[in-house]
Order: sequence, then structure tokens, then C-alpha cells
Amino acid sequence: MASNASHRNRRRALTLVHAVGLFLAMAVICLPGLWVVLNSFRPTVEIMAKPPVWIPNELNLDHYRAMFGGIGEGGVPVLTYFRNSLIISVTSTVIALLVGMAGGYAFARFRIPGKSWWFVGLMCTRAVPGVALSLPLFILFARVGIIDTHFGMILTYVAMNVPFTIWLIDGFFRQVPPELAEAAEIDGCTRWQAFWRVEFPVARSGIASAGIFAFLTSWNEYALASQLTRSVTSKTMPVGLLDFQAEFTLNWGGMCALAVLMIIPALVLTFIVQKHLIAGLTFGGVKG
Amino acid sequence: MARVHLRNVVKKYGALEVVHAINLEIEDGEFVVLVGPSGCGKSTTLRMIAGLEDISGGEVAIGDRVVNDLPPRERNLAMVFQNYALYPHMTVRENLGFSLKIARRPQAEIDRAVDNAAEILSLTPLMERKPGALSGGQRQRVAMGRAIVRHPDVFLFDEPLSNLDAKLRTQMRVEIKKLHQRLKSTIVYVTHDQVEAMTLADRIVIMRDGHIEQLGTPLDLFEHPVNTFVATFIGSPPMNLLDGRLRGGQVMLGDGSTLPVPPGYAAPEGARVQFGVRADNIMPVGHALPGTEHMAEVEMEVSLTEPLGTETLLFAELAGTEVQAKMLNPRPVRPGERMRFRISLDKCHLFDAQTGAALTVREMADA
Repeated sequence: MASNASHRNRRRALTLVHAVGLFLAMAVICLPGLWVVLNSFRPTVEIMAKPPVWIPNELNLDHYRAMFGGIGEGGVPVLTYFRNSLIISVTSTVIALLVGMAGGYAFARFRIPGKSWWFVGLMCTRAVPGVALSLPLFILFARVGIIDTHFGMILTYVAMNVPFTIWLIDGFFRQVPPELAEAAEIDGCTRWQAFWRVEFPVARSGIASAGIFAFLTSWNEYALASQLTRSVTSKTMPVGLLDFQAEFTLNWGGMCALAVLMIIPALVLTFIVQKHLIAGLTFGGVKG
Repeated sequence: MARVHLRNVVKKYGALEVVHAINLEIEDGEFVVLVGPSGCGKSTTLRMIAGLEDISGGEVAIGDRVVNDLPPRERNLAMVFQNYALYPHMTVRENLGFSLKIARRPQAEIDRAVDNAAEILSLTPLMERKPGALSGGQRQRVAMGRAIVRHPDVFLFDEPLSNLDAKLRTQMRVEIKKLHQRLKSTIVYVTHDQVEAMTLADRIVIMRDGHIEQLGTPLDLFEHPVNTFVATFIGSPPMNLLDGRLRGGQVMLGDGSTLPVPPGYAAPEGARVQFGVRADNIMPVGHALPGTEHMAEVEMEVSLTEPLGTETLLFAELAGTEVQAKMLNPRPVRPGERMRFRISLDKCHLFDAQTGAALTVREMADA
């Protein structure tokens, strides 16, 4: 009996330790985000206060109002930036997914000599820091004349994301047994139909997760965008944050407000796709 | 319904030839089982008929059409895979109706065909489930249902029962046989299990290393194996093979004892041979083996027994080789007990020790 009780106590203690540990980890992850959201609603005085004011005295929408206001009143072309970000991120994600699906499928289904080296090569491109590419890209883009265009940014992000999407999607297609496509072909499908009607839907969840990664990478990318975009015609939201920086002042509140606007779509998208990610990953078509 | 003809069909992977010029004529409505150990080329042959593997040489014809270069969808056949290959994102109903939907048949016709197939295989209560929520046996039935809704010319089965447990396997074996009797369709069935082959097939094709070893009805193969491979592959327990040499018209075994040459077989004096006898034809004296004029008697010491209820398998040693004998009307036998056994020579075989080929009188005459 005594040993039973002691085991129970130990299990309770462990549960407690887990909870505390999780709380600390989540606090470290979430606090900065929370602070950004909080600051976007606080007057500048309170943001700058030393020692910091933890519990806000006053919350208002001043920063948002100013941001959407006229040029002279601290306004920035938020909607234009948002549109730029959206066009560039969505287009580059779609292209990266299409290329990733083609490449990943080929890697998963066909025997390719030196396959593992191809993969190492793909991963190596990820090891190069984005900033290191900014100067060569800048010179190249300037010569070709695609500086400060959507096209230039899309091209950059596709190049950044494709190795990753190929790598991820290859893994998911490898989990789809080849017999599924064979069964579909015998059932009357062409090779193409077998892919779109059977293999693609089965690997859908994996492809969605690759898409989320690609989208977030493009959506949040700053280093390259800050060099390759020059004006409102192509500036993305992360670059737009710099608009709040003047020669001697930094409008923290405005920056936070724009940052919140940036986070929201990413958050929404993740939530939508998350359901997919969990739901799809159970394979029941073959013996398991 | 259609006939399937294979003429000199070859499969090569690069320089490696895995199926060597196979010839096979499968009649309309026939149930043919390809059987052999793993790696013998049986699945590859089936996949060539299906169109899932390119044919490196020769000709495959279904009905009157040579189909070598036709994609699977134009061969009008159905296939049941070893791992079932059900579409995991579709319900049972959608799985069953998929082929008809691809063929753009009217919805009413699809529903009718699907419901009909579901009824035959008692899948009706499961129609809205996804494959992930089905047991192994149910998945197996869905896979079969997917095949029968299409009314194909030929059914192909690729080891469909090997993922089921023993009891379910026996049950599904009967289902498949009933299905064949009902649909009267041409079936090509691949398995490595000789019991499945024996019980299901109209004709069995035994394959080894990309060659056809023997082709015939189950009883034909059982009673007249052309070589030791077929003799030991078909039948359970496998046929006992005793090494010996021809001496004075008798088979002299390793320990100097002799057995007569079985009727219908012959070998030249001094030839090294193997004497083949199944456990069913070597029984203790007084154990329900009807006497014929060709009988031999030996004495052996029993080392192990396996009671199976209606019969008991006896393990004993004869001339240095372990042999299995069968005892009907079982009674307890102690290990170490010496018993006299009678061998029914009419059912025995003689093989060439080198080539393994059966030494029938006819073959001797041919040579």
C-alpha cells in the first residue's frame, strides 16, 4: 500500500513539474508576442516608461488610427504593403508547392542516381544566410531590371522555398504506397489522373504543411526584401515596419500596430491548415 | 470474360533477366494459380499481365488483343493487391464506385453496381466508413468488391490473403472460390502458399527462378510431380526424399537396405536416385492402408510425434534420413518405439539425384 501511495505522489509531482516547465517555456515563447500586441494599444509614454509598466493604465487605438491616417499624421500605406506581401507570398508559395510536388514526387517514386547527394545539395542552399545573397542578388536584379518588382521578390522566395518543399513533400509521398496509384491506373485512371485523384489527396496534409512553411517564410522575410524592394510598388509588410523609423525617433507604438496586422493573417492561416495537418495524417488504405 | 495468352514472355531489369520466356495459355473462365517461392517471378508475371511492368520480350494477349503496349486502364482487368491498396481518403462506397466514376458512368448505374457488389460481399453496413476504420478482413472484402463492380475480363489477385490471420484466410479462400463459381470469370492468382494453390486452382503453374517448372491440375501436380522441386513444394508435409543408388533393379539406400523401384519408373543400373514417398503412403502396419500388390515393408524408430486429431504425424529415421509418416486411427506412440511401416509403392516416385527430374518410364524411353 505504501509503495502504491508513493508512486501516486511521484506521478503527481511529475505532472506538476511538467506543468510548470510547460508554463515557463510557453511564457518565453509567447511573452514577446504578447508585449507587441499590448504595446500596439498603449500610448508611447507608457511604452517608453522606465521601469516598465506591466499592467497597462490605458488602452486605445491611437496607433492604428495614425497608421491608417494621412501621410503627415504618421500614416503609412498599410494596405498597399499588405497587398504586396499577399501577392508575393501567395504566388511564391503556390509556385514553390508546384515545383516541390513535382520534385518531391520524382524523388519519392523514381530511382535517381546520387539521390542522397541531391538532397544534401538542396539542404546546403538553406545553409546560406539570406543576407549573404542580398548584394549579389541586388546587383543581378539591378542589371536585369527587376529591382523593386513583385516578380523579383517572387523569384527570390521561390528559390528560397523550393529546396525545402521538395524535401518535405518527398517525405510525404514516400508514405503513400505506390500500389494506390497502380490500383487507380487499373481502375481506369491515366497516370495523371491517378496522381491528382489518389496520391495528391492522400498526401494533401503533408503538402499543406509544406505550404504553410513556405508561406510563413515569404511572409516574414525581411533581410532580402529590405534590399530588393525600394518603394511602395513592392515593399512588403516587414519592410514597411521601417517606415516608423525616423532620423532621431522610433515610433514603437506604430511599429507594434503594423506587426500585429502582420501576425493576424499568418495566425489565421495556421489555424485553418492545422486542422488539415492533424486530420489527414492517418493512412488506412493499406494494411497497418 | 477472356482468355489470357503469354507467349515467350520475358522480363529483364537491365541485364538481369528475372522471367525467362514463359508460355502460358489461360482459358476463358479458368482459375489459374501462379505459385512458387518468393523471387520466382510470379508477381512480376502477374504485373506484366496487368500492365504495371513493361514486357521486355514476347507477347501478352487478353482475348484477341495483344496488350503489350496498352496501359493498364485499357486492358479491362481488375486487381486485388496484397496490401489491398484501398484509397484511404474515400469511403467504402467511393472506393467501390471509383472505377465506374472514372469511366463517367451515370450515377444511378454506379449506385446499382456498388450496392450489388456490397451485397455479395456483405459490405452494406460499412458503406460510409473509410478504410482506416475497417478490420483486415473487411478491407480485403472491399478490395475484392472494387474488383467485381467493374465486370472485368480478367481478375488478378496478388497474394491477397497473406496479410490475414490463419482463420480468416481459410474463410476468405472459400469466399474467393464461391465468387469464382458465381462470376465464372478468368482469374489469375498469385500466392506462395501451396495450400491456397491446391484448394483454389483449376490449374496450377509452379514457378522457380523465372521458369515454369510444371503446369497442371492440382491432383496432377500432386500425383505426378515432374521433379523434386514440385514434389516437395506441393503437399503437406513435403514429400520424403531418400538418397539411393540402383543395384540389381532395386533402390539401395545409404544403409544398404533396399526398396523396389516404384511401378512406372525406371533407372539404369548404378544411377544415383532419390526415392520419393509422401507421409500419406508410409503408415504403420495395421493403420488403414489398403494393401495392394506393390507394397514394401520397413522398420523404423519413431523419434517424435505430432498429433493432429484425425491423424498423427510420426517422425522417424530411415537409412539416415528423417522421414515423416502418417498414422490414421491415432494411438499414443512413445518416442523411441520401433514400429513396422508399410510403403505403398504405387504412390511412390523416383527422381534423378543430379537433375531432380522424375525418372518415369516414358522419359526413359524418350531418352
